[in-house]
Amino acid sequence: MTNSFGEFADAKMFLCIGTNMTEAHPVAATFLKNALRKGAKLVVVDPRRQPLAKLADIHCQINVGSDIAFLNGLMNVIIDENLYDKEFVANRCDNFEAFKAKIMEYPVERAAEISGVEPETIREVARLLATVKPAMLCYTLGITEHTTGKDNVMSTANLQLLLGNMGMPSAGVNPLRGQNNVQGACDMGALPNVFPGYQKVVDQAMREKFAKAWNVEKLPENNGMMMPHMMEALPDKKIRAFYVFGENLANTEPDIHKVEHELASAEFLVCQDIFPTETTRFAHVVFPAASWSEDDGTFSSSERRVNRVRKVKTPPGEAKPNWWIFKEIAKRMGHTWESNSSQEIWDNEVSVLAPALGGIKYSRIEEDGLQWPCPTLEHPGTAFLHRDGMFTHGKGVFNPVDWKAPAEIPDREYPFVLSTGRRLYQYHTRTQTGRSGMNFLMSEETADISPADAQKLGIQQDERIKVRSRRGEVEVRARVTEQVPPGMVWMSFHFREGSANWLTNAVYDPATMTAEYKACAVNLERL
Amino acid sequence: MKITINGKSCEGVEGQTVLEVARASGFNIPTLCHLADLTPTGACRICVVEVDGMRNLVAACSTPAADGMVVRTDSERVLSARRFIVELLVSCHPLDCMTCEKTGDCTLQNLAYELGVTGSRMEGDRYDYPVDSSNPFIVRDYNKCILCLKCVRVCNEIQGIEAIKTTQRGFDTKVATAYDNTLQDSTCVFCGQCVQACPVGALTEKKAKGLGRAWETRKVRTTCPYCGVGCQQELHVKGEQIVKVTAAEGASPNKGRLCVKGRFGYDFIYSNERLTAPLIKENGSFREASWDEALDLVANKFKQIIAESGPDAIAGVSCARSINEDSYQMQKLFRAVIGTNNIDHCART
Repeated sequence: MTNSFGEFADAKMFLCIGTNMTEAHPVAATFLKNALRKGAKLVVVDPRRQPLAKLADIHCQINVGSDIAFLNGLMNVIIDENLYDKEFVANRCDNFEAFKAKIMEYPVERAAEISGVEPETIREVARLLATVKPAMLCYTLGITEHTTGKDNVMSTANLQLLLGNMGMPSAGVNPLRGQNNVQGACDMGALPNVFPGYQKVVDQAMREKFAKAWNVEKLPENNGMMMPHMMEALPDKKIRAFYVFGENLANTEPDIHKVEHELASAEFLVCQDIFPTETTRFAHVVFPAASWSEDDGTFSSSERRVNRVRKVKTPPGEAKPNWWIFKEIAKRMGHTWESNSSQEIWDNEVSVLAPALGGIKYSRIEEDGLQWPCPTLEHPGTAFLHRDGMFTHGKGVFNPVDWKAPAEIPDREYPFVLSTGRRLYQYHTRTQTGRSGMNFLMSEETADISPADAQKLGIQQDERIKVRSRRGEVEVRARVTEQVPPGMVWMSFHFREGSANWLTNAVYDPATMTAEYKACAVNLERL
Repeated sequence: MKITINGKSCEGVEGQTVLEVARASGFNIPTLCHLADLTPTGACRICVVEVDGMRNLVAACSTPAADGMVVRTDSERVLSARRFIVELLVSCHPLDCMTCEKTGDCTLQNLAYELGVTGSRMEGDRYDYPVDSSNPFIVRDYNKCILCLKCVRVCNEIQGIEAIKTTQRGFDTKVATAYDNTLQDSTCVFCGQCVQACPVGALTEKKAKGLGRAWETRKVRTTCPYCGVGCQQELHVKGEQIVKVTAAEGASPNKGRLCVKGRFGYDFIYSNERLTAPLIKENGSFREASWDEALDLVANKFKQIIAESGPDAIAGVSCARSINEDSYQMQKLFRAVIGTNNIDHCART
């Protein structure tokens, strides 16, 4: 997030696109609701009429995967009616002319046709956005989980640049991250192209810096493989050993049949986890790990805040802290690592090597965490980025992007679009929530369908139906709900039985390799 | 702005209430219905104080502090008024403190103790509501409700859920969901904010029952293991057992709020399905192994593959749930020891 959760309650306007905040980030949503009580405006762009949409001043119920067409059309009105922040665009942004030329290809009628939102509604949103400043743009996986995910993100940034909604409180582009430490895993360099602190592995100076710190002669100089490529390289043994730490890939990745074929063909699979999962079944070695509350450490939240996590109990049986397991493997491969606790790893390595984290030490985050960039011990941390329009690369750059349809669209054989997401009472593959009583509140997966489609197909509420895609099929109960528009089916992947991932399409954004969980074609059948 | 409290001169700023100035200056004024972030209602009157020049006692929570004000928080008149209020509350309260889950952490119990209230001169009607413990998370015993309405206000104004309101009037006033249904048959989302707000034993955490008294637990601040908001929690721990989880009041970013998963989704760590020993697969099934055997096997296999096919034949994915230090350590293992950048995690999927 460029900005912070603490700014939600004082925001004057929100544009929430592809975010099911009340279910996926419930506490963040409470601050948004508090702002609405004080008179803030809310525009929700989402194919479903989910709870957040019901609170909106305007809900743009776009067709699945039409985000860029909608946003380009919106920006077309903003430019056409001279509603944009001319001073910000002129002084703080680059590439406006090329961007404008692209936007002119999306007159509001074209945007309306692709997105399914009335031209007058798009104009109304444009005018509302232009009259309330600043506005916070929030998004979640509804933006990224498309084959055009990267371009979708660019498009949201384009809008905020155009409106000058950057570099101040209660503004910015704010992706709400789904997992407690997905931000931190990125910050720590658990990515194939960067060291901790986003320092590029292809940069020789960075390699030398880290080689010295880690006491090795050299470090690999080419970007590594992204996760879907790793898995696709398992059957032909291009990848011979695969080490899976705390991920239940057999349930979380699209097209479970494909994923399980890949995992089953691994020559050597190591899993490190707190529970046996559908993924550990395929392992050759399983390491038992300490869980949350069984080790000291830090998580980094969506708002770049490094927070302390504390140990209150010993791990069960022989389970060990994860950092210890990695250190022991390193030792057996001839490397002796000094740090012998989470605090030593953070204080003596991470914060020394990652400049943006240089000022964050355990002693400073005993209570509230600190938000990076926090380069020095005196630095108070950074609540919002790009202050006064000062961007990392000098100016904000407009990126002209085109709309493209999802890879698989409904046809005669598979006439419904399946979109997926999360539900309030469960979390991912339920390794945690399935063992803490949440099944009482949600005990099985459903296929959420519209009343119109239910009537057309003669499907009753709670009737068991078959949902089928080109990849697989599941039998689940139908949940007939006004939240879902006609032509759409909505499901989650919390339950192995009836998981949407038996159906989802393993196609990816070419740059980010994020899968298109939000759009594939399915058929519905009564049993 | 300066006001005098119990003879001591106290600094305040325009817009603060008498309660806020008093608390900031170290004076303890009890409250039952007060919620720091919301407009005061002045409903319970337990915070009454004496102000020079005012005929009646005033509620400190809803009286604006004014320059030159002279306030007494501990006069006999004040204490007697508070005692009377507590006696009224106690008159219809089940005095089952010995077995009540809230004992030791109950504002009413503490007030009765501090004010020397041992019973009530006004024995009257009692409530006879059925206790609702039909869900795994929240026990509702409205026989103990003192109608401070904090639960209603946090549900409506803080969480914005609007699942509970008051019904009936007078003695029969009761907090209820629409149609007085169970929580699971209402719009309740089980965030448990009402439980955290409840000053008495009317709303308690079901999972905490019997696990430990307030004075036996220590509070450990930590970060929620679910979504990316990073809510700050307080674990109430007895020995190695988490008795319950509350939101850390005033902490960033959640300011004392949690959701259903953050408040009630913690006990998976005690599951008897946890992995407790390294496992090695032999002939298609797992057997337990020592750490040395399992670690040696992995290290040797990695060395063999590196020798035969090079380091890029090994790949790994880190965990977006675990701590930073674990992800750091794993990427270091891959880059510095194995010699490949084939390290990723689930951020992209």
